[in-house]
Amino acid sequence: MEAIKNHTGLVYPLNRTNVDTDQIIPKQFLKRIERTGFGQFLFYHWRFDDEGNKRESFSLNDPKYEHASILIAGDNFGCGSSREHAPWSLMDFGFRVIIAPSFADIFYNNSFKNGLVPIKVDEEQVNKWLEQAAQSELTLTVDLEEKTITDNNNLQIAFDIPEYNRQNLLNGWDEIALTLQLEDKISKYEQTTL
Amino acid sequence: MAKPKTIIEKVWEKKVVHEEAGKPDLIYIDLHLIHEVTSPQAFEGLRLANRKVRRPDLTFATMDHNVPTLNRDEIKDPIAKLQVDTLTKNCEEFGITLADMHHPDQGIVHVIGPQLGLTQPGKTIVCGDSHTSTHGAFGAIAFGIGTSEVEHVFATQTLWQEKPKTLNVRVEGDLGPGVTAKDLILAIIAKFGVRMGTGYIIEYTGEAIRKLSMEERMTICNMSIEAGARAGLISPDQTTVEFLRGKRHVPKGETFDQLAKEWLALATDEGATYDKVLTIHADEVEPQVTWGTNPGMGVPINGHTPTLANVSNQEEVKLALEYMGLEENQAITSIEVDHVFIGSCTNSRMNDLRKAAKIVQGKKVKDTVRAIVVPGSFLVKMQAEEEGIDQIFKDAGFEWRDAGCSMCLGMNDDIVPPGGRCASTSNRNFEGRQGNGARTHLVSPEMAAAAAIEGHFVDVRTYKEAVN
Repeated sequence: MEAIKNHTGLVYPLNRTNVDTDQIIPKQFLKRIERTGFGQFLFYHWRFDDEGNKRESFSLNDPKYEHASILIAGDNFGCGSSREHAPWSLMDFGFRVIIAPSFADIFYNNSFKNGLVPIKVDEEQVNKWLEQAAQSELTLTVDLEEKTITDNNNLQIAFDIPEYNRQNLLNGWDEIALTLQLEDKISKYEQTTL
Repeated sequence: MAKPKTIIEKVWEKKVVHEEAGKPDLIYIDLHLIHEVTSPQAFEGLRLANRKVRRPDLTFATMDHNVPTLNRDEIKDPIAKLQVDTLTKNCEEFGITLADMHHPDQGIVHVIGPQLGLTQPGKTIVCGDSHTSTHGAFGAIAFGIGTSEVEHVFATQTLWQEKPKTLNVRVEGDLGPGVTAKDLILAIIAKFGVRMGTGYIIEYTGEAIRKLSMEERMTICNMSIEAGARAGLISPDQTTVEFLRGKRHVPKGETFDQLAKEWLALATDEGATYDKVLTIHADEVEPQVTWGTNPGMGVPINGHTPTLANVSNQEEVKLALEYMGLEENQAITSIEVDHVFIGSCTNSRMNDLRKAAKIVQGKKVKDTVRAIVVPGSFLVKMQAEEEGIDQIFKDAGFEWRDAGCSMCLGMNDDIVPPGGRCASTSNRNFEGRQGNGARTHLVSPEMAAAAAIEGHFVDVRTYKEAVN
């Protein structure tokens, strides 16, 4: 996993709650055996009609968000299926940070494993940013070392993130390699407990 | 006296391999179930890092999401076929037992685990599938994981996990006649919302839960994830013990008796406390139908879709009604369906099929409806055929299929067409879940069966077969 210490980027506002992973990446795209190349299928049925043409009504198709790398959404983002294809498709599309009042547990976990940074921000602030990003251009700087987000109006807020996950992100660690350093403990557990 | 503990605390404490300040616990995984969709990238990760599967003996594989339920040999989509073949290849390479498409043990991973006795109280069970919560019915801590975690379990047989908060869902009183476990869990989610369990493990308790069969308990725990909780469980009791007695992977004789004692001792202690408690009265629960695009959007059969002026989340409700092609304040019984699906890891076990068959017996599926039954496993299918249940369905005009996930998510050919409307015994009514543009209404097997006969939703309690 690539380390991430901070990130500055344009915000795409997705003003919907309970965005489930079936919407993030529909099931027909889960048949591939690779980890890469899922960006083209992100929000597929929201972005494209039945003939595969872009839906103008869906805001992510607006050219002004073409270079967005921070997604802000409503409550309970990533609910439903455990498919890790959801963070894979978001990252492959170009998103590095997702901000929402709350995330579904499995999606939240899956994001960290891939270097996609999920940040919980209170609903009031999320709603303000959703509005600003829809009306004008909103840019945020996320500082994982300081645990702050600063917007282009110089508003700065602090956020909480589990320390274990933060360290993994900051250092780009291979979690399996770290766990394997505890091989003795795992073996001992197996010998005494199983 | 020792502090009373919940089953969640008791099981968790036994599984901690390593703890360290500022880190989640490293917990041991007793059973790792895998299927074709969420495992290939994990195997590839192992190969790239030259790692092995640490405990192939604690790993069990099957194929369920992509498999055809008709003409099993023919996977038309070459990409799906490659995924299925890749699982075969990976299981051979890493020494993992696989119940492939033609194996008599094949089925939906959450149906076969309990059926084979792989699922047992006190185990930690994971699978790259959110409905792993199903196995919690046995008093196991069972939860869905992503593919990176699948790889982590392959390599280490452990996972880093924050000790979860505990949520007690108390179900007081008894379920009324014709009201099922499916109705209960849908009513719980409708009442407390799809976020009620986020960050928690749920323990379901109360009189109504104690009276449920293991199959019904699986239906409840299965949909914990629809309530936001990665895991939901029920303390083991004699019902649990009797279900497991004689199952293939469960020890026999004195070892079983000893094991049964240990299982029963896992049950939550009298006086144990939870981080949160929610209570629902079972006698107030009625047969449920979801009208919207998340599982919390449900009402009793004699209810109506919401009136926009009366809801706080107007935008969400408006979008959902639009997608579903429904009016506000529309009577649920007025909604006509053109598809009926009886199956999925929520409701595809023997008793689900038996109860639906009782409704269907001697009647005909409405000519505007396409109805299919997909047993949860080959074993369920064979048992049903032995009992003549397949014939009841076929005589009524249902299609009788081979086992798999099928129309719950339509990764194989079993999809609802755009604009189609399905009464489904599955677990998710998300947009496009059963097919692009398809509309899903979640119901119990009995309610689905009745909708197949009538062509629209109907209170199954008006069928004497449902209430007797």
